[in-house]
Amino acid sequence: MTRPIAPSKRKDPLARTPRPLLPPSARSRTAHGLTLAAAEGRFALQRCEECHTFLYPPRDACPHCLSHDLPFTDAPVGGTLVAGTTIRVTNDTYFRERMPWRQGIVAADCGPSIIASLHGGCVEGSSVKLSLQLDKAGQPVAFATPLEETSNMRDDPQLRELTADPKHRRILITDGRNPVAPALAKALLRAEATHVFVGVAEAWKPFAGEADLRAIEGVEIVPLDLTDEQSVADLAADIGAKVDILVNTADHTRPVHIFDKGAARRLTETLDATLAGAMRLAQAFGPVMLARGADGTNSAVAWVNLLSVYALAAQPAFGTMSVSHAACLSLSHWLRTELRPGGVRLMNVFTGPLDTEWYQTVPPPKVAPGQLAEAVVDGLRRGLEEIYVGDAARDICARLAANPKALEREGGL
Amino acid sequence: MSARDDAADVVLVQLAGLVADGGLKLVDLTHTLSPDFPTIVMPPEFGQSAPFRMERISCYDGDGPAWYWNNISFGEHTGTHFDAPIHWYTGKDLPLNTVDTLPTRDMIAPANVIDCSRQSAADADFLLGVEDILAWEREHGLIAPRSWVLLRTDWSKKTGRDYANLLDDGAHTPGPDADVIRWLVTERDIIGFGTETIGTDAGQAGHFSPPYPAHHFLHGAGRYGLQCLANLDQLPPKGAVVIAAPLKIRHGSGSPLRVLALIAA
Repeated sequence: MTRPIAPSKRKDPLARTPRPLLPPSARSRTAHGLTLAAAEGRFALQRCEECHTFLYPPRDACPHCLSHDLPFTDAPVGGTLVAGTTIRVTNDTYFRERMPWRQGIVAADCGPSIIASLHGGCVEGSSVKLSLQLDKAGQPVAFATPLEETSNMRDDPQLRELTADPKHRRILITDGRNPVAPALAKALLRAEATHVFVGVAEAWKPFAGEADLRAIEGVEIVPLDLTDEQSVADLAADIGAKVDILVNTADHTRPVHIFDKGAARRLTETLDATLAGAMRLAQAFGPVMLARGADGTNSAVAWVNLLSVYALAAQPAFGTMSVSHAACLSLSHWLRTELRPGGVRLMNVFTGPLDTEWYQTVPPPKVAPGQLAEAVVDGLRRGLEEIYVGDAARDICARLAANPKALEREGGL
Repeated sequence: MSARDDAADVVLVQLAGLVADGGLKLVDLTHTLSPDFPTIVMPPEFGQSAPFRMERISCYDGDGPAWYWNNISFGEHTGTHFDAPIHWYTGKDLPLNTVDTLPTRDMIAPANVIDCSRQSAADADFLLGVEDILAWEREHGLIAPRSWVLLRTDWSKKTGRDYANLLDDGAHTPGPDADVIRWLVTERDIIGFGTETIGTDAGQAGHFSPPYPAHHFLHGAGRYGLQCLANLDQLPPKGAVVIAAPLKIRHGSGSPLRVLALIAA
């Protein structure tokens, strides 16, 4: 049983906003094998190819047989909490503000003993579930939760520090014209977000789904045109300090053949709406989110980019979109680095074709807006950096890892 | 110097004097170019006219310590703008059909303002017909050749969604019916037709025969269009002189412009 966190009170305008601090972040290059797993929400440890022993912490040679062949492998998540302790005093500036902090030694079912941060519900001698979480510095740490689901489990203060839970947080969905916007707003409000701002460009132009959006309690439509620098700056001036999670839904899918007249114009239009739009958002909202990374229960915590999986492998039928989303992915990596000093996470959400009008000619499987919305909420609750939604996205991710040339020859299909 | 030249000089001096002392008033018929001003909308699979955009180059800062300036971009048919004959297929083969070849003498012409604001307030789909023109002429006299006909609807007083008035069956804004523009061109030899709405045609004109008759007949006859005009309510029915000089864009089909009207104060 975890005590539920209370919604934030209105901020005292005379109080100083604490500056975000980060936990110690040095890791070896080998240890970033854990980072990769944590970013995708997998629990993976090194496993010796010679003697098949699971290892922790990461090493360059097997302590049992001295083999150098130690690939990171998905591992069983079960374990037993052997010993737990509560740390009350530290000289570390980040942890000083978060005392007391529970840590313990977990004997993993697969072998090694792992020093992990503990969920408040973990009891010595009992079974726990291990996970790898990214901390505020973006580095992987082991975390143990009780095996059984208990009430308000996600409100555990240590777990909340390692995730981007929407509960009691305020959201900005940047493009309300994207058909996924109503489903996203509903899912985030179900996850107890306090308020969802939804940006709508060119308010004079009606759009399908508008009535649906306006009918959602907790949604506030705000003017936001990502193709207009001033519009983005104006909205940031109004609500920048109230955006705890930004979900960038900008999209501009317009099929065109590379040799078609006007294809270059289509590309620049798409880049303006997506890439330059994301850049304008980063410039306007990034600094204030960065500064609010430790601003209480509803601190700024995450930036979410919805991307097509065709950012990873060009799909000729949607070439301009592939190009623009590939560029957006690069911008994501840049922005992630710049947001890190504030402890603000950046999550890329890759999807295959959505079940929306611009993918009308594409056969299933397609991703329903509701499915995407649930995946976004799940990713935030787990503090992930990369998620793949739907069979098509997972398939392309796997084939890209296996043989990028094969994927290219197959036209991204 | 001929007597005719002398007379012209006198007129010009008098004109400048009247403008300076307020005997002639200049009315600005132009909306401010701004990012949120509605533009014509095509189905999304077609190309779109770009709205007005402005991006800062510098503002007395690191990108230019002592100067302020911006880059701007827009479609040819954004904001208060001019349509040249080449804009429509019917005018594509005419001589001097682009804004860069537009004869300069056509940039100044008298205007006839037909007030249909009452009818447009009652019916967003109000259509101007030949009978309305004849009724206007009975009161104000014949429309002179090579003059503008401007349709006053007071639509320019609307903003945003009300101005575009887009429903799920298209735009609902007033404009000319299927016959009146052909009649004005052939029977009255007008130089062009101007409106306060986003196009010279009515919002539902795609369903007329021919579709978009104002574009069809005006540009097919080498005449011009002005749209998104403002302040037509400040003009007399007859007697105003309109100055409409589009940007000199090579092979341009139109351009945003400052439209001014000279009226007696």
